[in-house]
Parts: sequence; C-alpha cells; structure tokens
Amino acid sequence: MEDAPSDNQPLRILIADDSDSDRLILKTLLRRLGHKVLDAANGAEAVELFRQASPQIVLLDALMPRMDGMEAARQIKTLAGERLVPLIFLTSLSDADALARCLEAGGDDFLTKPYNRVIIEAKINAFNRMRLMHETLSHQRDLIHEQNRKLTEEQEIAKRVFENVAHTGCLDAASIRHHASPMSIFNGDILFACPRPDGGIQLLIGDFTGHGLPAAIGAMPVAEIFYGMTSKGFSASDVLREINQKLKRILPSGMFCCAALIQADFALNQIQVWNGGLPDGWVIRTAAEPVQLPSAHLPLGVLDATRFNAAMTILKTCPGDTLLFMTDGVMETRNAGGDMFGDNGVAAALRGIKDGETPFDAVMGRLHEFSGGLLEQDDLTLVTLEMADGAALEGLSDRLQLSALEGPAEWRCTYQIRDRTLGQFSPLPLLLHICMEVPGLRRRSGEIYILLSELYTNALEHGILGLPSEWKSTAEGFGRYYEEREKRLNEIEEHFIKFSLTHSMTDYGGRLVVVCEDSGRGFDFHKHGQPPEAGRGYAGRGLMLLHRLAGPLTFRERGNHVEIVYDWHFSEAGKSENPAVTKSGVSHE
Amino acid sequence: MPIQTRRSEDGRTLTIKIEGRFDFSTHQAFRDAYEHGDQEVKAFVVDLTDTTYLDSSALGMLLLLRDYAGGDNASIRIENCNSDVRRILAISNFEQLFAIH
Repeated sequence: MEDAPSDNQPLRILIADDSDSDRLILKTLLRRLGHKVLDAANGAEAVELFRQASPQIVLLDALMPRMDGMEAARQIKTLAGERLVPLIFLTSLSDADALARCLEAGGDDFLTKPYNRVIIEAKINAFNRMRLMHETLSHQRDLIHEQNRKLTEEQEIAKRVFENVAHTGCLDAASIRHHASPMSIFNGDILFACPRPDGGIQLLIGDFTGHGLPAAIGAMPVAEIFYGMTSKGFSASDVLREINQKLKRILPSGMFCCAALIQADFALNQIQVWNGGLPDGWVIRTAAEPVQLPSAHLPLGVLDATRFNAAMTILKTCPGDTLLFMTDGVMETRNAGGDMFGDNGVAAALRGIKDGETPFDAVMGRLHEFSGGLLEQDDLTLVTLEMADGAALEGLSDRLQLSALEGPAEWRCTYQIRDRTLGQFSPLPLLLHICMEVPGLRRRSGEIYILLSELYTNALEHGILGLPSEWKSTAEGFGRYYEEREKRLNEIEEHFIKFSLTHSMTDYGGRLVVVCEDSGRGFDFHKHGQPPEAGRGYAGRGLMLLHRLAGPLTFRERGNHVEIVYDWHFSEAGKSENPAVTKSGVSHE
Repeated sequence: MPIQTRRSEDGRTLTIKIEGRFDFSTHQAFRDAYEHGDQEVKAFVVDLTDTTYLDSSALGMLLLLRDYAGGDNASIRIENCNSDVRRILAISNFEQLFAIH
C-alpha cells in the first residue's frame, strides 16, 4: 500500500480507565511517545468514543463502573468488524483466570499496572505492526476479489460471444447423441455438427492443447470455417485443409488441435473419416464386428499446407450402424485406484452392449461406473452418430430467409474445369452459390446441390475415370473403387468437365437448365433409357435420384452430355414441403 | 531434478532426460534445457526412459523444440518410450516428425 504508515507514525489511541490519576499518567506517557490520545472514564463512554473517532488501538481498564472492560471490549470488537483494532487490557489483576477472561472477551493482550514506559512503547509498536499487516492483507484480498469478479464478468460476456460463433449446430438432431464436459467456461474440447446441402451431416470433434482462453480463441475460427464451408457444400477434405492452414498460421508452435472430421452421407450410406490425434473412433455395426478408426494423421495446426494430408477413409455402412468418437478425457478418466479407463475400457463397454442399449449409453454407463460418479470433474467429450434411414436433415434450405423475389432471373453461365484441377478442386460450392442468388431456388438448395453433385460425380468417376459402378456393390470392390479413383485422378490428362447453367423466368416461376458435359468416352445411353431400379445396390443410385428430383435426363452425343430441366413455382417457393418441380419430360433427341 | 541434460563428447548432441511426468509443469525446465544458445549442438535426443506419462502439452513442447532445432531440418530422436508414452506419440502420429526409438 502506497500510504502505509511506518512504525513511528502517530496513532489515534483510545484509553479508558475510571481512575483519574492512572488515566492521566497513561495519557501523558502516550502523548510523549507522539500519539494522539482520546480518553474515557468508563466502558460506555469508551464505546461511544470508539464509534465517533475510530481509534487505531484501544487500551481498556478491566474493572470500571457503568460498563466494565470486558463488555466494552465485546462491543468495540463488534463495531470494528473486519478491521483489526488491537485491544489491550490495563489491569492490576494478577489472577490467571481473570487475565484469561480478558482475552476471551476479545482482548489481544494485557498490561499490568503500574505502567512501565518501555513495555508500553514496545507493545504498542508490536500491535501496530500486526494491525498494518492485517490492513495490507485485507487490501490485497479485496483487490483479488475485485479482479476475480471482473474476470468472471468478462468471461461470461466472452462466453456468450463464443457460444454464438462456436454454436453446436445440429447436435440436437435425432441421429446424434453427445456428452460435453461442463468443466469450465472454456474447456479445450470442441464439438460441432452441421448439415450438408445434400442432407448429410458433417461432424467435427476436437481437443486443443491447453485449456481456457487460448483454446477458446483457437476454437472460434475453427467453428467459423467449419460451419461456413460445410453449409456451402465443401467436402470434408476442403474443410480440413482450410482449418489446418488457419490454425498453423494463428497458433503458437506448441499448440494444436487433435481432431476428427466425419462426413456422413445417409443417401449413399457411407461415411468418410479423418482422424488426426484423437483416440480410436469406432463404427459399431448391426450385423458385423465393430471397426476401429485409429488416428492416421498429425493433429490440425502442426503441418504446413504443402505437407498436410486431408485424405479421408471411406467406409460403407448399413442403416443402424453407429459411429463413435471421443476426446482424450474419456481415456484418461481414472477410477478410485488411479487406473485409466483407456482403450480397453471403451472396447469392453462396446463388447458388453446389452440388447436395446445404444453404444452411447453403454460407454457413458461404464464410464460412470468406472469413475465412481466423479465424471463431472473431467474434461471429456463423447459423440455418436447413427446411420439411420431417413436420418437426413432437411438440408439448409429451411434456415435461409426467403427475401423478396429479387435477384438475377435471366442468366447463363458456363464453367469448365480441366486436367489436374479435376482432382484437386470441387466446383460444386461455387455453382451452388451462383444458383442460390435466385431467391426462388434458395429453398431448394438441397435438391440443387444433389443435382449438381450427382451430375459431377457421374461425369468424373464414370465419364472420365471410367470406374465401373458395379464394383461398389461388394465390400472389397468398394475399397478398390476408391483406391482406383485416387490413382486415376492423379493421372488425368487432356480431360474436362463443363457445366452450363441457364436460368429463366416462366409464367409460373422459373426454370433452371443444367447441362453437364465431359470429355470421357460416354456410354450407350439408349440402353439406359429407363432409370435404374431401386434396390439394385449402390451403383446407379445417383441417376435414380436425379430422375426423382427433376424427371428424365436427356443424353446427347455419345452419352457424355447430360441435360436436366428443373422447374420451380412461385406459389411454392416459400414452402418447404414437396419439391416444386414440374416433371418436364424431355425426350431423347 | 526432473530434467537432466548431457552433452556428447564431441559436444554436438544434447541429450535431455525427463523423469516422471512430462507435462505443463516441466515447461520452463524443458525450455531451459535446450535454449542455452550453444551453437555447437546439432542434434537432440529426448530420453524418456524414466518418463511415466506424457500429455498433449508435452507434445506441444516437443514441437517447440523441433522449431528451435530447425523445423523440418531438425535432428531429434525420441528414445526409450514406455508403452503408454509410445501410444500417445503414435495417436498423434509424431513419428512423421520425429525419429522415435
């Protein structure tokens, strides 16, 4: 404290003694020592003076008329409250019990009469030091309280901002179960889920090194990128590359984010997984042994863009299969004996799933038992995603505001990508973005995205890469398909895919014509005059979907030129029920 | 002393040995161990013989050492990991950045 009085600064001292002569002696003595003295002739007067002048040290005679020293001591200590006011009894008593009673009443010490000048001076100085120390401590404690209050208040505000940015997205979807630790305002764990325009879900679970503010600051751009790019239709690999690059740039060297990104596609019943530094994920299958999804990459924010590997593991699933991911906190949960739950704990929990029990409840249940109910102290996150039929979300279309029917109505655009770019870049987000400028199409973003993405996948995988879709009907072929896809993508030369989009207004709404051409060999489309039947396996689902959404496709040239006509109605542009599509049956030319 | 250092006879290799838990509490001591500015040291060995546990902040410290020692050109060997420690290093795929023995 800047104004802390030193040992020899004058003090305000209250003395109370009913003996006029004793009082005078003491008063003179203290004045000579340089102190300011207030004097009272009995206890009641002393209490009153204390109230008025708040002296710093009090000397009280034990035996006085009207109110004795003991009672006065009790009242003065109450009045002093948190302040330390040293209270010394003046007494000629020598009986040990009486002296003890003085201290019990709140006295700090006693001085025996007759007075000794040296002892009085020494005691007053000693008690003054104690008083000053107490004052300093109280002051510092108050400062800490105040700082802490401000910090908590700031954190509360920061938390609200954080929650707006790093919101939980569609974690409340029926197919998702999750547990997120309530440990602190900002723990280092993140868990985000976002619907994709095609009705699938993208899920990000992660664990930043460290806790608190630094981890939260890292989480904010991750959330922004994840939600922004996922809802625009960017693939999981694109999202990962962007997040990694951002974290590499903004985080200090020692900080990174262990994470897993999962892209679930309900229509195709497949998941794509990327695990960088998180414990093994699992797919718990309805009809087969569970599959482990171990970490295959460095965490996010460690490698620079040129060395970062965003390759996804692709897995075929069946309805009812459940994906499970968790952060390190699950592994590190300890029991009373100090043992960790670990991989074995998770594996045992999954082996012991009872009939009708979900994998989520099984793992959480074992974890609770294991920790003996101390789970809440840990910083852990656990999430499951069930691959259920009909788990597809409405897509983003319902969340977009339908503005007045303004925007581009009559337009045409052509976009062509060639060669190496075919393997590195997806044109879908860009094309979707262009279509979404038309207010009447905005409600239909999910359908438009599926339309574009199916055309693109067909053109790339079958048209250019020449991959036979029959491969995908067996589990082994499925893996081979994607390996071969990767290999052939790297060898593309002299190839292109060209999209031509034309939008025009009609009497009832608008019409979007999408033409997709590729440089591949094409196929004998006359044989494919009928849309493929449902249930024929995984292949051909794309064309079936397109047919359902927009009516027959028109194939031209050697089958490498596909046209789709998609109509929308004014009357239904604002609703989200059945597609406002007129089945415009365009025949083969 | 939870962290000990030893120089090889030619002075070119610095061995940092960590005893007990390798976590945030050893942050300063670990940094002090290599940041003494000796230009002669060309290679680092992190000896985890007596390390019982390693957490994500320790992984961060290893990355800091890697940066200090020249990033992609750094020569750092991590030696004698027990199975728990090895598991943590494996999950994070640190063998892509360090020579782990």
